[in-house]
Amino acid sequence: MSSLIDRLLGRSSTGSAKIAKERLQLVLVHDRLDLSPEKLKEMEEEILAVISKYVQIDRENVEITVEQRKRDSWLVADIPLAVDDSRG
Amino acid sequence: MGARVITVTSGKGGVGKTTVTANLSVALAALNKKVVAIDADIGLRNLDVILGLENRIVYDLVDVVEGRCKLRQAMIKHKSYPDLYLIPAAQTRDKTAISPADMVDIAQKLREDYDFILIDSPAGIERGFRNAVAPADEVLIVTNPEVSAVRDADRIIGLLEAEEKGPGQLILNRLKMDLVKRGEMLSTNDVVEILSIKIIGVVPEDETVLTSSNKGEPAAGDPNSKAGQAFRNIARRLLGEDVPLMALDQEQSFLKRLSRLFSGNSAGMG
Repeated sequence: MSSLIDRLLGRSSTGSAKIAKERLQLVLVHDRLDLSPEKLKEMEEEILAVISKYVQIDRENVEITVEQRKRDSWLVADIPLAVDDSRG
Repeated sequence: MGARVITVTSGKGGVGKTTVTANLSVALAALNKKVVAIDADIGLRNLDVILGLENRIVYDLVDVVEGRCKLRQAMIKHKSYPDLYLIPAAQTRDKTAISPADMVDIAQKLREDYDFILIDSPAGIERGFRNAVAPADEVLIVTNPEVSAVRDADRIIGLLEAEEKGPGQLILNRLKMDLVKRGEMLSTNDVVEILSIKIIGVVPEDETVLTSSNKGEPAAGDPNSKAGQAFRNIARRLLGEDVPLMALDQEQSFLKRLSRLFSGNSAGMG
């Protein structure tokens, strides 16, 4: 329905403004951290490697993101641990 | 204490810093505030032509710093706005001719006798920017609804925070409502959400800005100019008045609400 209204009003829901906003939000994460996407990935791998030394990680479902709250950046890591079912 | 020292900056060039400085100076002077506008863009002097004062320059900012004249002698009184003075930039020198400490010193000497000192910063993040920001009590960041300008504004806000001058307040300049409505230009809300700072004004794209700078008479002095109205509103907000943002986005937000209402209904029915 909203896309119908958009179309009726001549607005495109995939307009370039939306793309601009998404691209800006992404590039500003890295600008603010002064950390390139590659470096961020490298850091994530290192964090996971350290944790893996002690506990097993469910790698498939790991989620590490940089969240913007106001003008502050937060590294949010959701790291599920693999439960060893063979014990018990 | 006395005057409030306000620096207008942006990072990216060409977004309208000088236009904003000229128009806010004129708008504040029209509200009977005593204003000194300082062009800190050494080597690329422009505030004088926008204000229509280019033929009256004898001394400039660098002459003051290097002791060739008294501060008073470099201040050009505006004929149409007797409470407005300009200290022009030097045209044949570069940014290293003055230091941040010089700017603090000049602002300090002016504070007692004036209400506002508006400093037009050069583009960039180097010496000229640091000169312009050093004496600031408040900073206005000018940007356009466009990816490169918004990105540079974010960088400037970061630098201002590092210098404990931040975060400053945002002026969104040259907004084209027809493009925003078509979803082809970042809206005021988009830019505010991305930069997460307080906005003090939105200035619509308006050809009277060009025609008024052609004449050296800032649009803020033209009662029929939409952009002029936006600048006058910003001046009043600087004085603490609660002036709502111009209704540029109103139609859009109404349609947004309407479309949300409809999509909410259809989800309920589905």
